[in-house]
Amino acid sequence: MPKRVLLGLLLACGLAAPALAQEPKTGGVINAVIQPEPPGLMLAQVQNGPTQMVSGNIFEGLLRYSPKLEPLPELAESWSVSEDAKTYTFKLKKGVTWHDGKPFTAADVLFSMEMLKQTHARARTNLAQVDKIETPDDYTVVFTLKQPFGPFLGIFEVGSMPIVPKHLYEGTDWKTNPYNNAPVGTGPFMFKEWQKGSFIRLVKNPNYHEKGKPYLDEIYWQIIPDAAARSVAYETGKVDVLPGGSVENFDVPRLSKLKDTCVTGAGWEFFSPLAWLWLNNRQGPLADKRVRQAVMYAIDRDFAKDVIWNGLGKVATGPSASTIKYYTDDVKKYPYDPAKAKALLKEAGYKGEKIRLLPLAYGETWQRWGEAVKQNLMDVGMNIETIATDVAGGNQKIGDWDYDIAFTYLYQYGDPALGVGRNYISSNIAKGQVFNNVEGYSNPEIDKLFADGAVATPDSKRKELYEKAQKILVEDVPVAWMLELQFPTIMRCKVKNLITTGIGVNDGFKDAWLDK
Amino acid sequence: MKQFWKSMLKSPSGVIGLVILLLAITIAVFGPMLFPNSPWRMVQRPFLPPFTLGAVPLGTDALGRDVFAGMIFGARVSLLVGLVSTLVALVVGIPIGAMAGYFGGKVDDALMRFTEFFQTIPSFALAIMLVAILQPSIYSIVASIAVVSWPPVARLVRGEVLSLRTREYVQAAVVTGQSNTWIILREILPNALSPVIVLASLMVATAILLESSLAFLGLGDPNLISWGYMVGAGRTVIRQAWWITVFPGVAILISVLGLNLIGEGLNDALNPRLSREGR
Repeated sequence: MPKRVLLGLLLACGLAAPALAQEPKTGGVINAVIQPEPPGLMLAQVQNGPTQMVSGNIFEGLLRYSPKLEPLPELAESWSVSEDAKTYTFKLKKGVTWHDGKPFTAADVLFSMEMLKQTHARARTNLAQVDKIETPDDYTVVFTLKQPFGPFLGIFEVGSMPIVPKHLYEGTDWKTNPYNNAPVGTGPFMFKEWQKGSFIRLVKNPNYHEKGKPYLDEIYWQIIPDAAARSVAYETGKVDVLPGGSVENFDVPRLSKLKDTCVTGAGWEFFSPLAWLWLNNRQGPLADKRVRQAVMYAIDRDFAKDVIWNGLGKVATGPSASTIKYYTDDVKKYPYDPAKAKALLKEAGYKGEKIRLLPLAYGETWQRWGEAVKQNLMDVGMNIETIATDVAGGNQKIGDWDYDIAFTYLYQYGDPALGVGRNYISSNIAKGQVFNNVEGYSNPEIDKLFADGAVATPDSKRKELYEKAQKILVEDVPVAWMLELQFPTIMRCKVKNLITTGIGVNDGFKDAWLDK
Repeated sequence: MKQFWKSMLKSPSGVIGLVILLLAITIAVFGPMLFPNSPWRMVQRPFLPPFTLGAVPLGTDALGRDVFAGMIFGARVSLLVGLVSTLVALVVGIPIGAMAGYFGGKVDDALMRFTEFFQTIPSFALAIMLVAILQPSIYSIVASIAVVSWPPVARLVRGEVLSLRTREYVQAAVVTGQSNTWIILREILPNALSPVIVLASLMVATAILLESSLAFLGLGDPNLISWGYMVGAGRTVIRQAWWITVFPGVAILISVLGLNLIGEGLNDALNPRLSREGR
């Protein structure tokens, strides 16, 4: 049976890495930090980072993704794509039950899509390409697209498309449903209790559909509001896992050196946060391409990586992070070269006009980075004035295009059609919103490349289009790309196999075990 | 005037305070000439401990910036904010206090209720709020410090004027038909100034502390380095690098101490009777 073969292959891929390790041991309790406290745990309605981190272990998506972003089976055990790349058929796993014992079927998937279209902005955009969804039987779901959409198999991650129980939500007011506070999923862990301001407790799902998993008995997500206190909690042994971003960067080297401590930057491949400077292409000196290129040459990005981010991350080469599909580093390079920056500024006729810089108000690291970039730019003769602001005020200024240079970082979601194009295509210029094309870059050729790239087949064609787009963008410098950020996860070495997928801790507790 | 300097120099605290202040002013004025480099420039490897390299005697901060250069440039900002905001507070507080004290009655009532309005709000909370609303910059910081520090001046001046107003020489001036402005400016204020001067020296110290506290909380002018900013930025790494916070902290301590000593010395010099009785 060909389907069996496919499933076997997929399972082999997914399990290859863990199979090499020791035999997992069962039992044990893990304490992990969750920062900040999530506003809610109903993943289909709340998508904050901490919600994804906790609830990704309660709910499941149709697919999971390896660190290389290849799809792995989860609620769907196999899938096939039609010749014309417009019909995707998913075979669901049999014998899966919700935490309350009711069976999981295709009707739940269909219902989830209905809910997500209303409650989940990113899912709504991703599903916009879908013409219709059908469920010929209880264990088959067929998506028919309006046109081929290359990244379609990349949208079923648990945070992007969690599957929710139809029998508990149908016919109720979703926003006020009591199960929002005690979520019921199909995942390896069940929600047990949430002491606000203190901890969230998850317990093992004894009827989990993958035999033998999960290995752990319980997870406590500890809520500790102060960064220094979180470091101390790890040092004193109160917590075993510090997910990425939960302690300040400068604490990472110190904590990493502690006994029996393991650190990894893996587990963020799906998000691939990329930091850059918005450059306002509309007005002032930065409307000139040469001035924007000068900004790229003037900034010492290796310094930022080594000193401000303690060596974590990678200097960005362009609009795509290196973990994103169709990434190419065959683009124009911008090494740290103040002399070249000065020459470009002179050529562009820059005469010391004032340029406003908005740092990102996300804490010490970002503040220091703002100061370093300002100094870099002043060193080549740019007249920079830092504008102090809070997060909301900064977002408003950027959304209103009332800035010259502004710090930001965005997730890329694995595919240029999902996370890259949105920042450069001219149809995404909309005043009042952040995170779109706020730099005001407009290039019909780029618009066309991204439009074609999203729907082109086969893969080699997409690759060609996106590589071309990257080359043009890097030459034009609509924004100044800084670093591919890395948020290291710090944990005791006895915690094994926590990070095996492209979203790391977010769905990692399924495979994790404690070596006692 | 000669008498004043004599008694000022006789009080040891006044002398020490003056020396400290002069030193701080010299550093603030001439220091940046010796350090042409911006204190924001990354000059050495980060977290370099003090006294290891002659070029950066007090070590470097989290980005490799010279802590010593930061202290020198910081002196300028701290002193400037302290002096200017005190000056502004005096310019606002003295006329209000003088008018309230001189005219009395409804004018007094109105002005004093207005003053109390500011006094009932905790001054630091008000300063934080003002800076946050106006966006942190050197102007908004000076303005908000002035706004929270003028009420004591007004109340002090009012008290002095109230007592001087009944003196014979003032009444004589009234009888001879001098204008109110003339009487306030020429007859009353010069005699009411000594306690105000003492208060002002203490206000400069308070203003330096206020500016430091604001900068510590991240509400400093992001384009200017100040001691409070340095303490605030170094606070999170204090376990790895104590020197980033300790040196600017000591600088704040010494200059505030110096100004307080000057205040004491001034008090002795301007109220010789009081000081002689006290000793």
